[in-house]
Amino acid sequence: MAFTAFSANTKVADQAPRKRGWIALLLLAPGIAYMLLFFVTPFIQLAITSLQAPAESGGIGQYVAAVQFSNYWVAIQEYWPQLLRSFVYAVIATVVGLILSYPLAYLLGVTLRNRAMLQGILLILVVAPFFISLLLRTLAWKSILPNEFIGTDGAVIFGLIYNFIPFMVLPMFASLQALDLRLVEAGSDLYASPVTVFRKVTLPLSLPGVVSGTLLSFIPMSGDYVVASRSFLGSTDTAMVGNVIESNFLQTQNYPMAAALSILLMVIILVIVATYVRKSGAEDLL
Amino acid sequence: MADPQSFAEKGADLELVGIQKRYPGFTAVENLDLVIPAGSFFALLGPSGCGKTTTLRLVAGLEEPTQGRILIGGKDVSRLKPHKRPVNTVFQSYALFPHMTIQENVAFGLRRRKIGDPVGKAHEALRLVELDHVADRKPAQLSGGQQQRVALARAVVNRPALLLLDEPLGALDLKLRRQMQQELKQIQQEVGLTFLHVTHDQEEAMTMADTVAVMNKGRIEQMGAPEELYELPQTAFVANFLGQSNLFGVEVVGSTDQVLHTNLNGARISLPRSRSARESGTITIGVRPEKLSLSTHEPESELSLNVLGPGRVIDASFIGVSTQYTVDLPGSGPVEVFAQNMQAGPIAGAGDEVWLSWHVEHTFGLADDRVETGALTADLSTRAIATRASHAE
Repeated sequence: MAFTAFSANTKVADQAPRKRGWIALLLLAPGIAYMLLFFVTPFIQLAITSLQAPAESGGIGQYVAAVQFSNYWVAIQEYWPQLLRSFVYAVIATVVGLILSYPLAYLLGVTLRNRAMLQGILLILVVAPFFISLLLRTLAWKSILPNEFIGTDGAVIFGLIYNFIPFMVLPMFASLQALDLRLVEAGSDLYASPVTVFRKVTLPLSLPGVVSGTLLSFIPMSGDYVVASRSFLGSTDTAMVGNVIESNFLQTQNYPMAAALSILLMVIILVIVATYVRKSGAEDLL
Repeated sequence: MADPQSFAEKGADLELVGIQKRYPGFTAVENLDLVIPAGSFFALLGPSGCGKTTTLRLVAGLEEPTQGRILIGGKDVSRLKPHKRPVNTVFQSYALFPHMTIQENVAFGLRRRKIGDPVGKAHEALRLVELDHVADRKPAQLSGGQQQRVALARAVVNRPALLLLDEPLGALDLKLRRQMQQELKQIQQEVGLTFLHVTHDQEEAMTMADTVAVMNKGRIEQMGAPEELYELPQTAFVANFLGQSNLFGVEVVGSTDQVLHTNLNGARISLPRSRSARESGTITIGVRPEKLSLSTHEPESELSLNVLGPGRVIDASFIGVSTQYTVDLPGSGPVEVFAQNMQAGPIAGAGDEVWLSWHVEHTFGLADDRVETGALTADLSTRAIATRASHAE
C-alpha cells in the first residue's frame, strides 16, 4: 500500500498557494537535492557513457565522447539471450512467488487477524531473512542445495523467489489486513459461493497489494546479478543481464556497452510495468 | 419453499426451534423458540448485547447455532451455507462493495443466481428507492442515507422469501429515519415479503412491526402486537424498555371473579384478574405514566378508580403538549405522571400536595418475582438521574 499512500499525500489541496508553496519547496529541497545528485546526475552520465566510442589509442577502458547510437544495436545483438532470460526468469519467479505469497498474506491478514500473537510471530518470520545479508543467504543456499541443481535455470529462479518473497507478502498483507470482512459476509449473503466471493470481492479489493507486491519484486529481480552469478546459484548458461553489465563494467571495462545495457534494461522494465499497471486497472498506484 | 434459482412468490415462514448460541465464556442466545408467519413484519427489540443481532446472523447463516434448528418455509436450513439460503440481509454497516458501481452492487445477487436481465431489475429496484440517477457512481460518492437505500435495494431486488434488517436505520438522522421507516413498511406491504427487523429503538419497532419480540439476555421476554406489549407488559424489563412504567410491590388481599384487590401501604389498589400474571401473594403491579391523573384535592372514591396520595410534587417539567411530573409518594418512591396540557399551564408545581388516580383497567400485574418499586425508567437522561438522586437524599 506504500504507493497508494504516496498518491494520497500528493493530492493535498493547495490553499494559500504563495506561502505554502515556499514552505513546501523548502521541505522538499533536501529530497530534490538528493535526487538531483544521486539519480539525475548519474543517469545523465550513464546516458552519455552509453554513446561513447573507443579511444584512438585503443587501450582497454579508454573511451571518448561521441554520439554512437550503434552501441545499443550491438548490445542487443550480442546480449539479447541474457536480456530475454532476465525477463523470463523474473516473470516466472514473480508468478510462482505470487502463488506462494498470496495464501501466506491471506493467512496473516485475514485468517489470523484476531490472533495478534501468532500473526506477529509469522510476520517476523517473513521479515527475518532481511536480518542477514543477501549474499550470505544466497551462499547458504548454495551449500544446502544439491550440487547438480546449482547452475540450472531452476536454481536461479528458486533463489530469486526466495530473496524477494517478503517484498511480495508485505504489501499484499497490508491490503488483506484492511479488507472489510463484512463485505465477504455480504457477498455470501448475496448468493456468492466462497470461490465467487474470492473472485468478485476479496481479490479485487486486495489488487492494490498484489500490484505493488509484484512490482516491488519483479523490478529488482529483472536486474538481479547476485543469484544468477557463477559464484552463487548460477552458471554461464544462466547469466542474466545484470551479470553481463557487471562483467562489462568490471572485467572487460567496456563502459559504453554496460551503460547501453543498463539503459535498455531500464526502458524495457518501464514499458512492462506501465503496461502491467494499465492492464490491472490499478493506475492510481503510479 | 423458494427455489434459490428464482424469485420468491411470497414471503416464507421462519421457524426457530430450540436455538442456542454459545461462545466461549458467554451464551448469546438461550433456547430460543420462535415462529414468524409468512408476510409479516417482525421486530426483535432489545438493548445492545441482548442477542438480537446474533439471532439474525444465525438465520442468515453467518453464524452456526450451537443447538437447535432453523426452518425457512418449512425446510431445515440449519446446515446450509449463507449463499444457499433464500434470505437477504440489509447490514447495519450497509456493506456495499466499494469497488463496484451502485448498479453493479444491486445486480450482484441477481447475477449470482443467473436471473435474467439483472441490469434492468437493478435499475427498477433503484427506482423504488429513488436512486436510479446515481446508478453509475461508487458507494463512497453517496451520503449515508443514500447508501442505506442502496443496501435496501440490493437486498430487496432478490425478492428473498425472508428479508433480514440489522438496525439499518441506526446511522440516519431522525427525519430521514422516519421517511425510511415509512418506505420500508410500504415496500414490505407491496412486495409481501417476510421481514425480520432487529432494532434497539422501541419507537421504530412499534411503528413498523406487526409483531414485536422483546429480547433480553439471550431470551425473548415477551412477544406480541405493539399495543399489546405496551398496554399489558408481563415483565418489568418489558414494562420499562417499551416506554416507561410506574411499578409497585403490593400484597393481594382479596379477589372476585373479575378483580384482584391489593394493598399498597394501606391504599387499596385493584386490577382486573385478566390483566395480572399472578393472582396471590406479593406481586408487582404497574401503570403507565400517561394513564395517571393528578389532582390537587382528594378524588372521590370510586370502585373503578385507584387512588394514591397524598404525595408531593418534586419536579414538574413543562414539555409543551404535556407536563411531566415526578411525585414522591410516601412509601412508594417517585412516580412519574405525564399529563396532557388540557388547560394552560401546569396544575401543580414543585412542593404541592397532590393525589394520583387511574382507572382500574389500566393496571397491569407482572410475572416477575420481585422488583424495585417506583418509577423505573430506561431513561438515563441527566434529568431522570438527577430526579432519582434528589429523591434518595
